[in-house]
Amino acid sequence: MIPAAFDYVRAGSAAEAISLIGEHGEDAKFLAGGMSLLPLMKLRLATPSVLVDLGRVRDLSYVRDAGDHLAIGALTRHRDLETSDLLAKECGVLRAVAAQVGDNQVRHRGTIGGSVAHGDPASDLPAALLALDATFVLQGPGGSRSVGANDFFKGFLETALAPDELLTEIQVRKSGAAGFAYEKFNRRAQDWAIVGALAARVNGGTHVALVNMGAIVLRARAVENALEQGASATDAAREAAVGTDPPSDLNASTEYRTHLAQVLVRRALEAI
Amino acid sequence: MRIGTTVNGAAQDHEVEPRTLLVQYLREACGLTGTKIGCDTSSCGACTVLLDGESVKSCTMLAAQADGAAITTIEGLAQGEKWHPVQTAFHENHGLQCGYCTAGMVLAAVSLLDEIPNPTEQDVRLGLEGNLCRCTGYHNIVKSVLAAAETMRGAK
Ligand SMILES: Cc1cc2nc3c(=O)[nH]c(=O)nc-3n(C[C@H](O)[C@H](O)[C@H](O)COP(=O)(O)OP(=O)(O)OC[C@H]3O[C@@H](n4cnc5c(N)ncnc54)[C@H](O)[C@@H]3O)c2cc1C
Ligand code: FES
Ligand code: FES
Repeated sequence: MIPAAFDYVRAGSAAEAISLIGEHGEDAKFLAGGMSLLPLMKLRLATPSVLVDLGRVRDLSYVRDAGDHLAIGALTRHRDLETSDLLAKECGVLRAVAAQVGDNQVRHRGTIGGSVAHGDPASDLPAALLALDATFVLQGPGGSRSVGANDFFKGFLETALAPDELLTEIQVRKSGAAGFAYEKFNRRAQDWAIVGALAARVNGGTHVALVNMGAIVLRARAVENALEQGASATDAAREAAVGTDPPSDLNASTEYRTHLAQVLVRRALEAI
Repeated sequence: MRIGTTVNGAAQDHEVEPRTLLVQYLREACGLTGTKIGCDTSSCGACTVLLDGESVKSCTMLAAQADGAAITTIEGLAQGEKWHPVQTAFHENHGLQCGYCTAGMVLAAVSLLDEIPNPTEQDVRLGLEGNLCRCTGYHNIVKSVLAAAETMRGAK
């Protein structure tokens, strides 16, 4: 399967990428690792007229200690996250979740920025970033702005990014080496989660995020509130599907996903 | 557009369309048909090659993205008549049946052993999760990779 024809341009820097995308208009798209975009293009579900390749924007690949938080470049590959010593010490959850994305080949190419910008509710890292209350730095022709994870994911494959904006950096708080659990349920090792549940101790509280339980990655607020009021893990987990809208597809029905969310949240809570 | 790469140590320079996939480039422009297309949907790993030493699925990458890179395909693993230890291990441990997944399996294994030189059986099984074998010869594939790891450690 071969994508529909397009023009290909390569950006050497973030500024150049933004100016190229502006120049080529609405039908142009950024290409990072290509692990989500190229499969869609091969199926012709996406037919951009121009690809602006970010692969050479090397200065957006980093994990840095920025004092009170960690700063992660949007083009940092899953592979670099899962082997980062800094993450192991300061944000173990992100390292562990990155190691669960796809397979080795996918992690050698795919980037955290691409994962976030794609806005797929079935993806792993966005759920972790939602639980961590991450901040996303978006750069456009008029300058840069910061958007919290809570306001970033808008709908299925839809985010707060404007077509001419580049996600440049992800900022997360330091949450330590441990104190998290990610229950990813799938049928084949390399697959996306049928449902995923992530629990993490953040800032003295417990945050819970859900994968593939609606059009976007979700926080299980009802669970978090129940825990705050002293509920046990078992009781709090019963609230896991409150406010969700799980899809029904070849892998699982809505009812089965609802059940899975409760079981996986309980397991995650019991593990932290 | 013009794409220049080094494939198995030799310089390649071809005019290709931007939408040319790396696997097509290798098979059609470079004439190296050892790399197989299995699923063509990023799932099976039959098309795995090494890009600057790391395993990638060449059906899910543009040739344009590989411009300037060093690529290793199954044709480039042996040193003359001398097989790579992973190739020898697949041969000795019956690590293939029909052989369709083998080029991808071998290259995924080379990349895996570069990252984890001393893997457990679980490391190998997880490390090869992106490679499917329709003949389901997984036990002997895992055995082969563990045997290769031992040979390669011995050689160091
Ligand atoms: C076989 C397979 C299995 C997978 N399994 C999983 C899994 O289990 N869990 C999981 O979470 N993911 C999985 N993935 C997806 C993987 O995580 C991708 O790496 C990720 O979703 C996209 O990252 P990318 O860098 O490849 O982005 P691309 O595919 O290059 O881009 C994705 C989208 O984001 C946009 N974009 C990219 N970077 C930026 C940026 N910096 N600023 C603005 N827009 C940008 C692009 O224009 C495009 O629309 C899998 C992929 C494959 C092929
Ligand atoms: S042919 Fe590339 S992954 Fe199957
Ligand atoms: S040996 Fe036949 S597909 Fe693996």
